[in-house]
Amino acid sequence: MATKASRAAARMMISPAVILLFAWMIVPLGMTLYFSVLRYNLLTPGANPFVGWENYYWFLTDPSFSAAMVNTLVLVGGVLLITVIGGILFALLLDRPMFGQGVIRIMVIAPFFVMPTVSALVWKNMFMNPVNGIFGRIATGLGFQPVDFFGQIPLASIIIIVAWQWLPFATLILLTALQSLDQEQLEAAEMDGANWTSRFWYIMLPHLARAITVVILIQTIFLLSVFAEILVTTNGGPGTASTTVTYLVYVSSLLQYDVGIGSAGGVVAVILANIVAIFLMRMIGKNLDA
Amino acid sequence: MGQITLSQVRKSFGEVHVIPGVDLTIEDGEFVVFVGPSGCGKSTLLRLIAGLEDTTSGIIAIDGKDATALPPAKRGLAMVFQSYALYPHMSVRKNIAFPLKMAGMSESEQATRVERAAKVLNLTSYLDRRPGQLSGGQRQRVAIGRAIVREPAAFLFDEPLSNLDAALRVGMRQEITELHQSLKTTMVYVTHDQVEAMTMADKIVVLNAGRIEQVGSPLELYRAPVNQFVAGFIGSPKMNFIEGAEAKKHGASTIGIRPEHIEIVEDGPWTGTVGLAEHLGSDTFLRVTVDGIGTLTVRANGEIDRHRNDRITLAPQTDKIHRFDKDGRSMK
Repeated sequence: MATKASRAAARMMISPAVILLFAWMIVPLGMTLYFSVLRYNLLTPGANPFVGWENYYWFLTDPSFSAAMVNTLVLVGGVLLITVIGGILFALLLDRPMFGQGVIRIMVIAPFFVMPTVSALVWKNMFMNPVNGIFGRIATGLGFQPVDFFGQIPLASIIIIVAWQWLPFATLILLTALQSLDQEQLEAAEMDGANWTSRFWYIMLPHLARAITVVILIQTIFLLSVFAEILVTTNGGPGTASTTVTYLVYVSSLLQYDVGIGSAGGVVAVILANIVAIFLMRMIGKNLDA
Repeated sequence: MGQITLSQVRKSFGEVHVIPGVDLTIEDGEFVVFVGPSGCGKSTLLRLIAGLEDTTSGIIAIDGKDATALPPAKRGLAMVFQSYALYPHMSVRKNIAFPLKMAGMSESEQATRVERAAKVLNLTSYLDRRPGQLSGGQRQRVAIGRAIVREPAAFLFDEPLSNLDAALRVGMRQEITELHQSLKTTMVYVTHDQVEAMTMADKIVVLNAGRIEQVGSPLELYRAPVNQFVAGFIGSPKMNFIEGAEAKKHGASTIGIRPEHIEIVEDGPWTGTVGLAEHLGSDTFLRVTVDGIGTLTVRANGEIDRHRNDRITLAPQTDKIHRFDKDGRSMK
């Protein structure tokens, strides 16, 4: 039982960690907010006058911005679709008893351990390169024109790479959820005359709902900030074909040296992420209780 | 109709022969209880009948038709699981209707059948709740409801009362017995509790290590157990077994006498010291260390005034003594 004294002690003991975490979040956010209202370009040193909403105006009216918004949503949506559906299929397969189960499970999880830059480079040079990549070789070997992945379908290529990285995460969470399903429920459904499809639809999928929600929420937060994969493969191009909001912030602050507009973009990205998060929470967050 | 015949049914998991060969006939409308200690194969046998496990060899026939290779759904049986196995995300109504929905029955027919089952089981006011909002006994009734709507040829119960508290267990025991009397459908019931077996069964099947030790009505098993295992398993408290010189006197390797067949008398053949006295009100169970024989359990009148270290004299009812040979078989 918590007494008044023990509650006060608990609060005191935990406060250094909470204060540190809070500062870690609020200081960069405060500085970003501050920079976003200054004219602050590294190419024109000198005074950094206060300019109000000007940076926001330029960032939001940039023709790349609307393209970046659409690309961000397509990227997040595409990766979620592939990883959730693929993750369910892999989880169903890995749940079956089979030879070498332990090794296969570790191999399936392996992509998650590869850092994003490395995996993007491996995909870029060894798989998707139209001349030397495996896909190109297969296409040429069969007598087809090889696909220039990053030239012709840049956003789709990035979606494939990112989905490959996140599939293990989805699989792992969904597999754990599947294994926690009471076998007697499945047997009861079998006695009740449900075939495999009905058992999946009426018993397994509702049981997985909560895990799917968790996968969607966590992945969305990370996918909104996908960056390395774009930088090492397409550099956001051709044109703005694979530029996301995160990448656009990078372009403004570090390629155009405009810290003010970059910061404004950062604030916009934070707001967008929060809108998506609230939207997701309202839509599927109800799966998390009960 | 619901007659189930097992002939030479075997089940092995790898090298382990869980059921080395069972022959059994369950007649239509009978309430049959499989009883035995943990790990005796009674649940496996039930799952073989249900079709949730494949037989290693042998034939299972339902109503005279070979059902050995049929999937569970095609056997026309319904099962109530130990954990109830309700679908947690569906309302009680949907849980009960699930087998009907799977059978492709029309919505209106489903609704009438669910209402009827709910009325029988007193569940009408709970139909729109989720299983998580129900008590143990209510969940149990939902599980039974899901079984009865299908109007199966036979019901299979896998230790359905083991998760309930003692008071509720007695109530549910009576409800299931009454349900059997009103439906007159074959029921196969698995339990490790011999009290449930004795109170509910038309026919008890005592299993030990996958073998059938004895089949018979509760009183047959109580009066004439075929061996020491059945004698020790049926009856509560357990039968006392006496070996050595006392057994030799009766020309047996071991003799058995039930606690309720030993009387406390003024003058009898056995004298002993009371160790533990359990006063239940209706009965008193005494643990008596009898000189030259060992410790015996004795059932006495509920309001008897005997305590620890009292000396008492006992007399067995000689016609109720069971005699066993050196292999544990009953001697006639």
